[in-house]
Amino acid sequence: MQEPSEQPWPPFRFQDRPEQPAGAHRHGPHSWQGPGYRDDAHEWASHWGHRARRWWGRGDGQPLRRSAEDRLAGGVAAGLAAWRGFSPNTVRIVLAVLAFISSGWAVPFYFLGWLLIPVRGEEGTIASKARHDSRGVALALALGSLLGTFLFLASAFNDGAIGVYGWPQVFSLAFLTLIWRNAPDDERASLRRLVQPLESLGGSGTAARRGTRLRLTGAAVLLATGLGWLLSLHGGTHILAPLSGFLLVAAGIVLLFGPWWLRIARDLVIERQARARAEERADIAARVHDSVLQTLALIQRRAEDPQAVIQLARAQERELRSWLFEGRAPGDAGVSSVAEGVRQIQRDVEALHGVPVEIVTVGDCSLDEHLNALLGAAREATVNAAKWSGAAVISVFAEVEPDKVNIAVRDRGKGFDPDTVPGDRKGVAESIRGRMSRHGGEATVQSAPGEGTKVTLTMPRQPGQGQPGQGQPASGRPRPAEPGTGDSGTGDSGTAAKPRPAEGKRR
Amino acid sequence: MSTPAVRAAGRPRVVLVDDHGIFRSGVRSELGPRVEVVGEAEDVAPAVELIGQLLPDVVLLDVHLPGGGGHAVITEVKKDHPDIKFLALSASDAPEDVIAVIRAGARGYVTKTISTADLADAITRVADGDAVFSHRLAGFVLDAFAAAPAADDIKPSFDPELDQLTTREREVLRLIAQGYTYKEIARELFISGKTVESHVSSVLRKLQLSSRHQLTRWAAERRLT
Repeated sequence: MQEPSEQPWPPFRFQDRPEQPAGAHRHGPHSWQGPGYRDDAHEWASHWGHRARRWWGRGDGQPLRRSAEDRLAGGVAAGLAAWRGFSPNTVRIVLAVLAFISSGWAVPFYFLGWLLIPVRGEEGTIASKARHDSRGVALALALGSLLGTFLFLASAFNDGAIGVYGWPQVFSLAFLTLIWRNAPDDERASLRRLVQPLESLGGSGTAARRGTRLRLTGAAVLLATGLGWLLSLHGGTHILAPLSGFLLVAAGIVLLFGPWWLRIARDLVIERQARARAEERADIAARVHDSVLQTLALIQRRAEDPQAVIQLARAQERELRSWLFEGRAPGDAGVSSVAEGVRQIQRDVEALHGVPVEIVTVGDCSLDEHLNALLGAAREATVNAAKWSGAAVISVFAEVEPDKVNIAVRDRGKGFDPDTVPGDRKGVAESIRGRMSRHGGEATVQSAPGEGTKVTLTMPRQPGQGQPGQGQPASGRPRPAEPGTGDSGTGDSGTAAKPRPAEGKRR
Repeated sequence: MSTPAVRAAGRPRVVLVDDHGIFRSGVRSELGPRVEVVGEAEDVAPAVELIGQLLPDVVLLDVHLPGGGGHAVITEVKKDHPDIKFLALSASDAPEDVIAVIRAGARGYVTKTISTADLADAITRVADGDAVFSHRLAGFVLDAFAAAPAADDIKPSFDPELDQLTTREREVLRLIAQGYTYKEIARELFISGKTVESHVSSVLRKLQLSSRHQLTRWAAERRLT
């Protein structure tokens, strides 16, 4: 029953805890007047969570935690909901109904949960702090007993309606005091939000105060009139009169609480937005850390190896660029257009052979089997240059024209005499030429010893091929068909234009 | 209006405009022997003022500046000193920004990854009145001029030739995009180096003067992504 990882505690201590009426209820006799012990209440809470799960039998693996994102007051309802897999609103409604059925006893239990259940992602509970807050405990006891006295007096004059709902609130008041004194600031803010209408009474700014007073007076008049009307109609036969009485009461309530409700709703929205922004920032920070900072660290370590440093810097630059300007997540390698294919070649060759590849692409179009063959040949040529030429940099230039696609792969390396090609390289040249000619394209290889090599590949475009854009990061949506503009180059390209995969992510 | 002072000892006088202090000091120390760095600025307004005072041969201008971008500097300075030449450079070349700077009047564009020797070379060439195209800029320009002129070009240029690159200019740009030097291009196309220069200058002129709607729209489309 106890987690092996947790500190086992002696049973008498467990029984001595005063702030655990819930446990007390379930476990039978516990004494409530234990001596002061200083144990970690959150341990107790998680222990309590384990027990509860054992009783209910279907845990979701996560311990019970209050929700920080979705809270109206303490986040207890949302926490329960997440823990048990319900919708938070269902839990809230159930709690509200429970509060009525239990004649108000659910309320102190809510606050107790607030005290004892840690917020998700944190360890400490408010209770663990509150126990060290002796003045807070004294204040809670004092306020609780004050309310108790008041209720006692009130019940002497009243027939008990107040008392029934009031007594549990003695505990509520005590717990609330402890929460108020010991909760972190953001939770205090949500408490403050709950009591805002009262606060605005004493608030600064005469205009605001006058507005509040006016509103309160109006509400009081409406409520009084409506209630008076309703009360004066004992068994009235009219249907209209009680109706207008109800309406007046409802109007009074809206006038009284409306601004408050609105503000709560608005604050919730604002809080959620702020949280979303913070998460976005964290996400960006994480990405920058994963990529840029890591690379910078690597560069510092390998500063004595210029080749490695250049390679790292280039790889990082490209990744960052594709993330910032093309909305592409690092490592995403979907290729659907010529320009993307060329960039892919660049990435792979640089990574595998450590030779920088400069690419320039002009225009773009989506791929078909012929253009795939073209890209294959271009890759072959680039890899060749990387392996054999000894050049410091290889340049790849791709241009999509209305009727054909050209790719030129060039290096300023050793070069060779095309007539005396070594056997192993002849095969490669053949694979470039052969592949191109099989698909109706052409390949020319210009080279001379000491002059570098240039491989020019040309593949005619098939009619009806889409042209997703003029440049590398073309807009993600298909171009609007503008009759007569000839905008996309080929006359028929508008009909079969295949939009590139959405690059919807903004920079 | 005012002509920049005659270049002393062949060293062009340069003002650096860049918002990264580290980059400025790096460039200043590296360029030392070949170029005379007379001033630095990090924002649009101070840059305009400084350039007006110093009247350098060349302004080395970052495309991205906090107070409105490099093209704002060019537009302001060109009002009073049309003779001052600008060489744009940037670390991240969003095509539309680069084209905007060129259209504002920069004589060339290079990336910050350029080697010191090449940068000094580019500055000298710009100071001599030539245009400097990096391979990337050549790609952008080809891209921008690639589409045939559209029927909805409501404002055709005064000179329709401005809207179109000649076959030769295209060839030159393609070779630049492939990393050829001007000398290599001259040999490849069997023309003189001066002719290559004039082709590049003419492309630059077209880029700056063409009121072609297509260029604007091209830039706008790029911006949408």
